[in-house]
Amino acid sequence: MTLAVFFGCTFIAFGPAFGLFLFTIARDPLRIIILIAGAFFWLVSLLLSSLIWFIAVKASDPQDERLQKGLLIFGVMFSVLLQEAFRFLYYKLLRKAIEGLVALSEDGCSPISIQQMAYVAGVGFGLMSGAFSMINLLADALGPGTVGIHGDSQLYFLTSAFMTMVLIFLHTFWGILFFHGCEHRRWWEIAAVVIMHLTVSGSSFCNPLYVGSLVPSYLLMAAAAVWAYLLSGDLHRTCGASCSVYGVEPAPSQDPEALQDVPVPIHPYPPLSSWRQDRPSPSLQYLFPGLGDPGQPWRGRRWSAVAARPVWLRLAHSNAPLGSRKTSQFWGTRLCWPCRELSPS
Amino acid sequence: MTELSAHLPQFQHGQLTENFPDTHLSNANDNSERRRHDNSERRRNDNPESETNGQPQNNIQQVVEQDEEEDEELTLKYGAKHVIMLFVPVTLCMVVVVATIKSVSFYTRKDGQLIYTPFTEETETVGQRALNSILNAAIMISVIIVMTILLVVLYKYRCYKVIHGWLIISSLLLLFFFSFIYLGEVFKTYNVAMDYITVALMIWNFGVVGMICIHWKGPLRLQQAYLIMISALMALVFIKYLPEWTAWLILAVISVYDLIAVLCPKGPLRMLVETAQERNETLFPALIYSSTMIWLVNMAEEDPEAQRKSKNSTYDKQAPASQTPNEDAEADDGGFSQEWQQQRDNRIGPIESTPESRAAVQALPSNSQTSEDPEERGVKLGLGDFIFYSVLVGKASATASGDWNTTLACFVAILIGLCLTLLLLAIFKKALPALPISITFGLVFYFATDNLVQPFMDQLAFHQFYI
Repeated sequence: MTLAVFFGCTFIAFGPAFGLFLFTIARDPLRIIILIAGAFFWLVSLLLSSLIWFIAVKASDPQDERLQKGLLIFGVMFSVLLQEAFRFLYYKLLRKAIEGLVALSEDGCSPISIQQMAYVAGVGFGLMSGAFSMINLLADALGPGTVGIHGDSQLYFLTSAFMTMVLIFLHTFWGILFFHGCEHRRWWEIAAVVIMHLTVSGSSFCNPLYVGSLVPSYLLMAAAAVWAYLLSGDLHRTCGASCSVYGVEPAPSQDPEALQDVPVPIHPYPPLSSWRQDRPSPSLQYLFPGLGDPGQPWRGRRWSAVAARPVWLRLAHSNAPLGSRKTSQFWGTRLCWPCRELSPS
Repeated sequence: MTELSAHLPQFQHGQLTENFPDTHLSNANDNSERRRHDNSERRRNDNPESETNGQPQNNIQQVVEQDEEEDEELTLKYGAKHVIMLFVPVTLCMVVVVATIKSVSFYTRKDGQLIYTPFTEETETVGQRALNSILNAAIMISVIIVMTILLVVLYKYRCYKVIHGWLIISSLLLLFFFSFIYLGEVFKTYNVAMDYITVALMIWNFGVVGMICIHWKGPLRLQQAYLIMISALMALVFIKYLPEWTAWLILAVISVYDLIAVLCPKGPLRMLVETAQERNETLFPALIYSSTMIWLVNMAEEDPEAQRKSKNSTYDKQAPASQTPNEDAEADDGGFSQEWQQQRDNRIGPIESTPESRAAVQALPSNSQTSEDPEERGVKLGLGDFIFYSVLVGKASATASGDWNTTLACFVAILIGLCLTLLLLAIFKKALPALPISITFGLVFYFATDNLVQPFMDQLAFHQFYI
């Protein structure tokens, strides 16, 4: 029984994240580094917030239950704010890193864009957060014991696993939203992310009334997912005629608020990892046949015709039906985000 | 003590096989500086380049004579790949150590201490315990310093046989004795009935193949696996026999020592490296984990023995076939036996090697080497680094109250430290110690997580709050 609980909870909590890691991050060394650095930043934020909590607890009366619980709630809120602050710091670091990568590259293009970094950073934060919440529980789930023997909820492990999964997803989407807000100077997006995080953490205060914590969290996750997808889809619209994988939207951008920093020229598709070196992105070739002619950029009527279509229709571009392997390949690249320039190099 | 080394295989001697299984010392590196001199004269691409000496630049430097701008991009591009090439073995070693610590209780049981740490930590007062651990750490570090200096002296006075013998004895001890104990403890833990004859066969095979792979020739992956295994075994020995406070102190002092020994002009490891540079030799390849073994074209003509090392020798399509003939024997056919020649003829048709064709072939590789270089560049990390990283993470998992949280935190901290070290390497392009940054981060995160984060997470888990 314990082994079943262990494996079940592990797969519930970490299965989707592991899938995301395997299919989108594991192949590219740079992304793995960004992931681990994101995990590190989350860890540092946790360290600082637990330091504050620890000091507060030591300075207070350990016998007073209500006070301790109040301090814990304060600790949680402070930790959330600190996590978001560290997300912002990580954003700053990654922007510097992109500038460095661009400066060091031979054709003026960074091998990874800020949107991809946002996604990977979100996954990093989420994985570390989930691991810290869940790993000790999983280790205990292996051992002998009875859940809820003192009258607590018997669904403890299961709900923890579900909550961890939703938190990992939420961190991923928050990463995308947060970085997008920072990029385009939309402070309301950043504020929305912080408020969402506070709401999710706050809803966990009504545990063990799980309907009060799990349901809002999943609804918020769905909302964040849709918003993040729209934002990434929106890039196709706002970055105008030519999108580049390698950098921020190149000028001219149709979005006046977009950061006009590194002007990234159109460049051929650089090999992100060795296994892709000898062939161009298959998904986009399926979707835009004929667009892969050498030297042909994405400007042009074909692209603008595509860009003019609504987001939900873009998935149906290819002749393959939704859910087929070709579109799933498309999803694979879409999830890694930015628009790609197609050139068989 | 352990450094990321830039390895310049100098094949003049064809003797790539100095082994140095002494885990206390880190091995020196071959330098990139030497490489820079070489670059101008030879078109050699350094293949087992290590990040540490900015080796990636070596290849680049050849190109740099012609084109300066490519330099940096290639450096960074290789940087990310090299970081991952080191992350994987370090992670594997740590996983092995943590898995063993968690399952086999032998390595967490107190069964005495090493003679290097004679003072016990079971004292009445905290002050006495602190004093004892400081003394233990002092003795241990002086032993290490003495051994390092001894090694440098031996190397300087060219007592290669002594060093060689020392290394062989150490690796024999690790591969046979320690692995026998490990196997026995694993069997005890899982209550597996086993007879001595089977165990003897298993250990014999394991040990002999290990000796061959590490000190002589073998498939790259197998050699890497053996190096990881002996690092893990050594780390487990340290975890078992070092008392707590002593272990943390030793880790701290060793990273300081590593910093001094590698960076100070009179540091023993730096002198070792410089001596190796002057002599154009490679240092102790068996004590360094290398992620690739590249084959240099120039060596092919001078030393057929070197043939075995090609990992991806695309210029030599007969690579699979050439692995089979063994070098040492007949000088008549140059080591190419009849079957090999038949195989070759079957593959590419009968070919007569004329001086012109040989010259043509030898002219080729430089270009193909340059083009395939990105794939071929390797990174090196001393085994002592593996050992001490694993000691830190293993001790964290053995003794921390936060348990898995602490282990995970130390793991991430060490990986980030390694990443930063490699970044510094790419910037400074010289031999760097790999211990200080990682161990510092690891220690900080161990103590912080164990004392600050763990109570917080405990309370959160108790109330089922989520942050």
